[in-house]
Amino acid sequence: MNNFKIILNGIIKENPTFVLLLGMCPTLGTTSSAINGMSMGLATMFVLILSNFIISCIKNLIPDMVRIPSYIVVIASLVTILQMVMQAYVPDIYATLGLFIPLIVVNCIILGRAEAFAAKNNPIASICDGIGIGIGFTLALTLLGAVREFLGTGAVFGFTLQGETYGMLLFVLAPGAFIALGYLIAIVNKLRKA
Amino acid sequence: MEYILIFITAIFVNNIVLSQFLGICPFLGVSKKVSTATGMGAAVTFVLVLATIVTYLIQHYVLNPNGLQYLQTIAFILVIAALVQMVEIILKKVSPSLYQALGVFLPLITTNCCILGVAILVIQKDYDLLQGIVYAASTALGFALAMVVFAGLREQLQFSKVPKVFDGMPIALITAGLLAMAFMGFSGVDGGLSRLFGL
Amino acid sequence: MVVVLTLITIVAGAALAAVNYATSAQIEKIKAENLAKGIKQVMGVDQSADFKYTTEEAGDYTLYQSDLGTAIQSTTNGFGGALKVLVGFDKEGTVLGYTILEHAETPGLGAKASEWFQKGQKGDITGKNPGQANFTVSKDGGDIDAITASTITSRAFLLAVQNAYDELKKQQGTDGTTAATEKGGTDNE
Repeated sequence: MNNFKIILNGIIKENPTFVLLLGMCPTLGTTSSAINGMSMGLATMFVLILSNFIISCIKNLIPDMVRIPSYIVVIASLVTILQMVMQAYVPDIYATLGLFIPLIVVNCIILGRAEAFAAKNNPIASICDGIGIGIGFTLALTLLGAVREFLGTGAVFGFTLQGETYGMLLFVLAPGAFIALGYLIAIVNKLRKA
Repeated sequence: MEYILIFITAIFVNNIVLSQFLGICPFLGVSKKVSTATGMGAAVTFVLVLATIVTYLIQHYVLNPNGLQYLQTIAFILVIAALVQMVEIILKKVSPSLYQALGVFLPLITTNCCILGVAILVIQKDYDLLQGIVYAASTALGFALAMVVFAGLREQLQFSKVPKVFDGMPIALITAGLLAMAFMGFSGVDGGLSRLFGL
Repeated sequence: MVVVLTLITIVAGAALAAVNYATSAQIEKIKAENLAKGIKQVMGVDQSADFKYTTEEAGDYTLYQSDLGTAIQSTTNGFGGALKVLVGFDKEGTVLGYTILEHAETPGLGAKASEWFQKGQKGDITGKNPGQANFTVSKDGGDIDAITASTITSRAFLLAVQNAYDELKKQQGTDGTTAATEKGGTDNE
């Protein structure tokens, strides 16, 4: 499998949100608008690419017994670095995403890819996998955020497309997250069968 | 009174799953049967309270005095992972029957984001230890409640005809959405209570 | 096995300490800048102006004293969680401006509080004095219009402002007698 295929695989065939159904907490929790969803996707991608790369580099040094704890240390360090950098340079986004930034540590996508891909492949392929899955996750979150923002407030990325009076606020609130994601997955299922 | 307020808010108003979106993975993953959902709820309650106490002590007696707040995420997740392992070993030795009931759920709990999430929230909300424990216990009960109710709905769902593309996860998510809508009915109750108690 | 895990932890710890060292100054700077920006905004001072203030902690409140008056940070329980507001008062206790520092209100409903009570908006609180005007929503017999469909947020917000005002009066009362005479003066107007 060449590297380009690995990237595409992560975006379409193994899309973490719509196909693998992983990382549901940030998917539902941070997509009240398109921009929030995208920020969360990019933050996760940053950690994913670096953790895949580092774990792939050190995979032969780690005894099998302490594999998972070592991965968790690597991932948690990367997340903490991300937290500090975001606080320093994009404090507004950091404040909006709040608790979900430290919780990237327990996002099953990251540990899952470390186990399933980075521990078995070379560093370059692992980076590509991180990019692919990361883009797939970011696209899914942005799409869900855009749908919820449009249905809820009549805007996308803050640009009003429709008067606010047409907004169904429910979609910005918690129930809307579940319902919108349910419908999106159904649509993806339909497209995949076709 | 303050504790009652924390209790009611954490279970109904800001339900950890249905309004805070934490612990969604087990909520969707192990909710096909009421019995497994109950087991998971009990295991989470047990670990969550324990983890909150330990992480609280670490934050206030190790990290804060040494100015190491930036190690919070990494310290908490390692403590939680170690704690889950320990609980597993101790339960196996001390109470085999309890281990049998909760054992299969324990490994899943390390990556349950509501444990780490609540541990961090207790620090962020600046609770003292007792408030933290009450908050953790009520949050866990809220989690268990959502799990069991949702599992009950999904058991019924098996008998209904669902359009093919909605089969499985989509219809489960939409059901969860309706459940979240029902829980929205509780919103504002905490404000009313705090006025009632004069807090 | 133990050696490897220890080694990884040490490397990770060192990396974190390095990044913390590199970013902590910037984080502090941003926080200080945002605070100064917020205080200038609520005191109605031009952002480019040089503005001096002193900070004073008083229980749940933080007071920023300046020549123009006092900006007070006050927290109440809103609809979705803590609602943290910064309100600027002049020496008489008239509201100069406010900004919402932190909230968990519903987007599109309660979250509108950051505009609703500003100057020229429907629920304008600027230029009013909580010692004279009734800082509760009109539904409760007060003088302020609540945000449409967000009475709870509005009540929480106005309570935060009222609490901040009470704290201001308390501080002025303990600091000296000027506050009392000023208050008497305004009552006669």
